[in-house]
Amino acid sequence: MAIGGAVTPGRKAKWAIIDIIVVVYALVPVLWIVSLSFKTKDTLADGNFIPRDWTLQNYADIFATDEFIRPLINSLGISIIATLIAVVLGMMAAYAIARLDFPGKKALVGVSLLIAMFPQISLVTPLFNIERELGLFDTWPGLILPYITFALPLAIYTLSAFFREIPWELEKAAKMDGATPGQAFWKVIAPLAAPGVFTTAILVFIFCWNDFLFAISLTSTEASRTVPAALSFFTGTSQFEDPTGTISAAAVVITIPIILFVLFFQRRIVAGLTSGAVKG
Amino acid sequence: MAEIVLDKVTKRYPDGALAVSEMEIEIADGEFVILVGPSGCGKSTALNMIAGLEDISSGELRIDGSRANEKAPKDRDIAMVFQSYALYPHMSVRENMAFPLRLAKVADATVRSKVEEAAEILDLTQHLDRKPSNLSGGQRQRVAMGRAIVRSPKAFLMDEPLSNLDAKLRGQMRTSVSKLQRQLGTTTVYVTHDQTEAMTLGDRVVVLRGGIVQQIGSPQFLYDHPANLFVAGFIGSPSMNFVPATLEDGTLKSPLGTIPLTDRVRRLAEAADAPREVVAGIRPEHFEDAALLDDAHRHGGVSFSATVDVLESMGAEKYAYFSLEEDLATTAELEELAADAGAGDVPGGGSAVVARLAASSEAREGSPLDVWFDPDRIQLFDPAKGTNLTYSA
Ligand SMILES: Nc1ncnc2c1ncn2[C@@H]1O[C@H](COP(=O)(O)OP(=O)(O)O)[C@@H](O)[C@H]1O
Ligand SMILES: [Mg+2]
Repeated sequence: MAIGGAVTPGRKAKWAIIDIIVVVYALVPVLWIVSLSFKTKDTLADGNFIPRDWTLQNYADIFATDEFIRPLINSLGISIIATLIAVVLGMMAAYAIARLDFPGKKALVGVSLLIAMFPQISLVTPLFNIERELGLFDTWPGLILPYITFALPLAIYTLSAFFREIPWELEKAAKMDGATPGQAFWKVIAPLAAPGVFTTAILVFIFCWNDFLFAISLTSTEASRTVPAALSFFTGTSQFEDPTGTISAAAVVITIPIILFVLFFQRRIVAGLTSGAVKG
Repeated sequence: MAEIVLDKVTKRYPDGALAVSEMEIEIADGEFVILVGPSGCGKSTALNMIAGLEDISSGELRIDGSRANEKAPKDRDIAMVFQSYALYPHMSVRENMAFPLRLAKVADATVRSKVEEAAEILDLTQHLDRKPSNLSGGQRQRVAMGRAIVRSPKAFLMDEPLSNLDAKLRGQMRTSVSKLQRQLGTTTVYVTHDQTEAMTLGDRVVVLRGGIVQQIGSPQFLYDHPANLFVAGFIGSPSMNFVPATLEDGTLKSPLGTIPLTDRVRRLAEAADAPREVVAGIRPEHFEDAALLDDAHRHGGVSFSATVDVLESMGAEKYAYFSLEEDLATTAELEELAADAGAGDVPGGGSAVVARLAASSEAREGSPLDVWFDPDRIQLFDPAKGTNLTYSA
């Protein structure tokens, strides 16, 4: 895969070194947290990369209380629902933008860009007040709604790029073969856009899953508090105790769904699915 | 089986472009009609209006006698073959061909047998379980045809279905398309910019230019009696030679010499009220090497002498290109045709006269040659309007 030249041992070594630097740079903080999560309270601050004293106590602690399990359920539920809705709405909007010429198309694209650029912090106070008025504060919909709003621009952009790649003629062919517009979309266009849909789903899910700002501002109890917000409320068993170990364990645990999510969808992101549609 | 009538069908795109203007065609049940013309002349637009993929701006489309303007494509029962084939990449060949039947909710067993029958006809049986991306261009083309024929639609529409194939395959597929259409007897509208396909495939040919129908007729009729300069230049390969000429005292003064008009030509030109300055057209195949003709034959025609610039020997015949002292005729129509053909590709440039000679001709490049032709073969055109002044139906 070398671009512009043969693979000489020198080149190989150079790339290996660069690769290692990048991987180390990206992974060391992550591994450090993993390491902390396995350390006992006494060895937490000893600065060793590999724990001298292994323990699973931190994990046992977080799963022993509702303080972590409830937020984990909230996080999963809120993120999955928000992702589903955002991706389905995004698919429809992106399809319209990629395919149709309708009045106000530029305005729609512009407004969704605007939303994406809006500093979220400036919306926190108004949202807080609105949600209190509407009774949405500290509920699942109270988080799902803003997540959908902020994920939609992302979803629309990613998806419309994918839709644009699908040959227009396939849809015309489907119509000629007797499909309704709906059938043409779900039987021909959607399967071909699947890689884009899954990519978008991953991005939106990560956005919802990792959000801290809305989670901390729009929740007050375990009814809807998500894990990132809950982490900040972690304390030790006494106020003199350092919760670093349990926070690390929780951080490791909440990374797992993302990894699973990506691995699960990655197998479905088959590149070059559209090849062979036209000409060749 | 269907009869398709276009009654003053017009298409104006939202950006104001007039793509098809008042098109009038009556396509009989089972007929094979070709829409031909240079690229951008509105062929695909016309076809898409018949298909229902484009709205009709004005005029009426009737399928089997009833108005179809507002019908959705799926309710017209017409199948289409696209230039790009438009195969569904995520489906196997079998699923591609079965797709129209599945949408029509045909029973599984029937789908199976129909797909297999179509595959048999198109020689695709051993490829049924492959994906389109693994097929050759010719095979993909046949799958596209298969998808069109499985459900026995009322009509086929084909938009330059062979233009992505190489020349040899195109020739073979041309024959199979023609055979298939005859076998099925389904009304077919076939779009092409290739005049060879137009000449060889259709029962009737519709020549389009700039969205306006120029002439409709059988291929031979268009060849023998072109209605105007555009049709004359478009039909036939190599195309007709055009020289500027002046009508004077019953003769035609032209760069090919002074040509006496035959009675037939004179009568037609008079009836058409021909202007003094005209464009004279003569087909390459109506020339002959004068040396090959006996005296009697020679006296029946006119000869001129010119130096052969380029000689192409095709084995069965020879093409001689020579340039004349004066420039060839140019009109808007001819310039459009030249631009479409890519005048640069023509040996000797766009301004050469081409003559088809018998293989036994001893013409040589750089040597003068006596060229003979029959003046009755000459057609005269109005340089301003382009109309054929010697047109006789
Ligand atoms: N969607 C469109 N919007 C505006 N103009 C178009 C559109 N499609 C085609 N045209 C114009 O209409 C004319 C005919 O196009 P088309 O039917 O595709 O020609 P052909 O198939 O004969 O090459 C062209 O001048 C083209 O530029
Ligand atoms: Mg076209």
